Amino acid sequence: MDQFTINLLFVGASFALYIGIAIWARAGSTSEFYAAGRGVHPVTNGMATAADWMSAASFISMAGLIAFVGYDNSTYLMGWTGGYVLLALLLAPYLRKFGKFTVSEFIGDRFYSPTARMVAVLCLIIASTTYVIGQMTGVGVAFGRFLEVDSTTGLLIGAVIVFAYAVFGGMKGVTYTQVAQYCVLILAYTIPAIFISLQLTGNPIPALGLFGSTESGTPLLQTLDQIVTDLGFKEYTAHNGDTFNMVLFTLSLMIGTAGLPHVIMRFFTVPKVADARWSAGWALVFIALLYLTAPAVGAMARLNITQQFWPEGASGEPVAVETIESDPTYNWMKTWEQTGLLGWNDANGDGRIAYFNDADAETVAAMEEAGWGSENELTNFNRDILVLANPEIANLPSWVIGLVAAGGLAAALSTAAGLLLAISSAVSHDLIKGQLNPGISEKGELMSARVAMAVAIVIATWLGLNPPGFAAQTVALAFGLAASSIFPVLMMGIFTKVNNKGAVAGMLAGLIVTLVYIFLHKGWLFIPGTNSFTDADPLLGTIKSTSFGAVGALINFAVAFIVSNATTPIPQEISDLVESVRVPRGAGAAQDH
Amino acid sequence: MADQTSSGEAYWKANLRIIIISLIIWAICSFGFGILLRPMLSGIMVGGTDLGFWFAQQGSILIFLALIFFYAFRMNKLDKEFGVDEE
Repeated sequence: MDQFTINLLFVGASFALYIGIAIWARAGSTSEFYAAGRGVHPVTNGMATAADWMSAASFISMAGLIAFVGYDNSTYLMGWTGGYVLLALLLAPYLRKFGKFTVSEFIGDRFYSPTARMVAVLCLIIASTTYVIGQMTGVGVAFGRFLEVDSTTGLLIGAVIVFAYAVFGGMKGVTYTQVAQYCVLILAYTIPAIFISLQLTGNPIPALGLFGSTESGTPLLQTLDQIVTDLGFKEYTAHNGDTFNMVLFTLSLMIGTAGLPHVIMRFFTVPKVADARWSAGWALVFIALLYLTAPAVGAMARLNITQQFWPEGASGEPVAVETIESDPTYNWMKTWEQTGLLGWNDANGDGRIAYFNDADAETVAAMEEAGWGSENELTNFNRDILVLANPEIANLPSWVIGLVAAGGLAAALSTAAGLLLAISSAVSHDLIKGQLNPGISEKGELMSARVAMAVAIVIATWLGLNPPGFAAQTVALAFGLAASSIFPVLMMGIFTKVNNKGAVAGMLAGLIVTLVYIFLHKGWLFIPGTNSFTDADPLLGTIKSTSFGAVGALINFAVAFIVSNATTPIPQEISDLVESVRVPRGAGAAQDH
Repeated sequence: MADQTSSGEAYWKANLRIIIISLIIWAICSFGFGILLRPMLSGIMVGGTDLGFWFAQQGSILIFLALIFFYAFRMNKLDKEFGVDEE
């Protein structure tokens, strides 16, 4: 059986499983559609949250970004896990006690203002849509590879499947489906990592293998540092970038994690406040299984790739074009070339592909002297292909490659479905039912939810054709937006007595400043060529657009406090509401409006 | 009523104290050991690199896990002490 058939089998079988579960647990009433009837155990909920949370960014993209940059991209690891501490300590139990279905409902009630609720809806829609764009990038890479088409065709096919999938069920269908998706994606991520860790270090646990030694006895990370610096790249374990930007970026990802609607919504679905606290912990347990493996995947893949291009080390000969054509070890290069995400070119015609950093003058001189030319001949290596190509690069059995295909799609699909649900509930529940047409029937509400999903996916697909970055980078922008708009008002709503005007002003200030900063660097509405600055040379000091969320959050807090202090204090009943949210006793089932 | 309010205040203060201590540890292990204080830890070698690298890539995640479970355990106990749990 060829690889294509095996991939299709794995992907097909996993899809049949999810759809089967979705039909079995199909949402009946509106209340089930949003919050799954609140009957979900903390461990189950944690696993579903993990699947919902770990998207194409974590699964497909993150290890690739770490692999090609090294230590400096540890920001993704710390940022996307550290946010759960904020969520567990500062938000989850209180929002569960408050007992409503959506984040914007909390903001609307706590700040006794329909305007605040509408602004929150706007923030949620903007952050979630940006997030879906990142997912669509990942979906395009995954479908492109496994259907053996270019990534644009893959993206279009993927969009249709994501949509069909998301309209099938609400949260209830999604909760149990996501448990299945978690199992598929974690197996798909760890199994190849275990194989590779055994090959390179002899240690079956990749997280330990990363700090283990290679066959020759040299530590893996030292071997890697050596070969990449020999080729003129920056040392893998060293801190090369700007420290201030690194801190801000990590902080933005952390705050953003705690401000994302589709993650927060999860904590509305546990039975008790005490369970909301445990749920966040369980979610992080399941997330950590992947996040502790990811840095090992990145480092080991970088070593494998580099050694494939320099089989005898950096002082030997680069790989011959003929070897790439004929040796089955290099099959992955040909399959990935079809997606348009990998490219090489024997520029100097010596019949060899020399891979090195041609921006480094010293290395170029050395390469020229050795006769390998002055140009890096591995012309294109899209970071987002690394994880999916990894088992092929390491020559793992074909069933492992098929499993990774299914896992990558599970990651992208589960998150896209969760986000589309958050967008559709924001539009149908908060915007239409809460504001425009309160008398809408349940049926009409479900219908408008599905229309909203369709619109969101069309926009995300269109923008996903020219994404503002690799999947994880686009997703990082979404986190910046959530960090600057949603998290600060949620926190102020619980821990302070900031009033309605303060909240509205804070959210708008945070969102607008951050959005403008991002658009100035990434193009207006992410349209290429309309940017005035680049992240290599940002507008303010060393602050890249992906790191700006933390600054936006600070602006949000500051504006909210200033405006709140200058206007009327909150009424007594809201003050009582804040007091009651702070105490777990009396948390009933959630109330609809 | 007055008694209830003061007990409520004490509960909230105790909660804030636990949150603040936890967040200090959270910040020291990630931003501290993982980034800003990494040069200080550079003498301690772990598997071919220094301890700061380990904190940035794995250590901080393990600390985060411990913090969340500690908080859930501590708060659920605090709820009972102050009689504000859900039972």
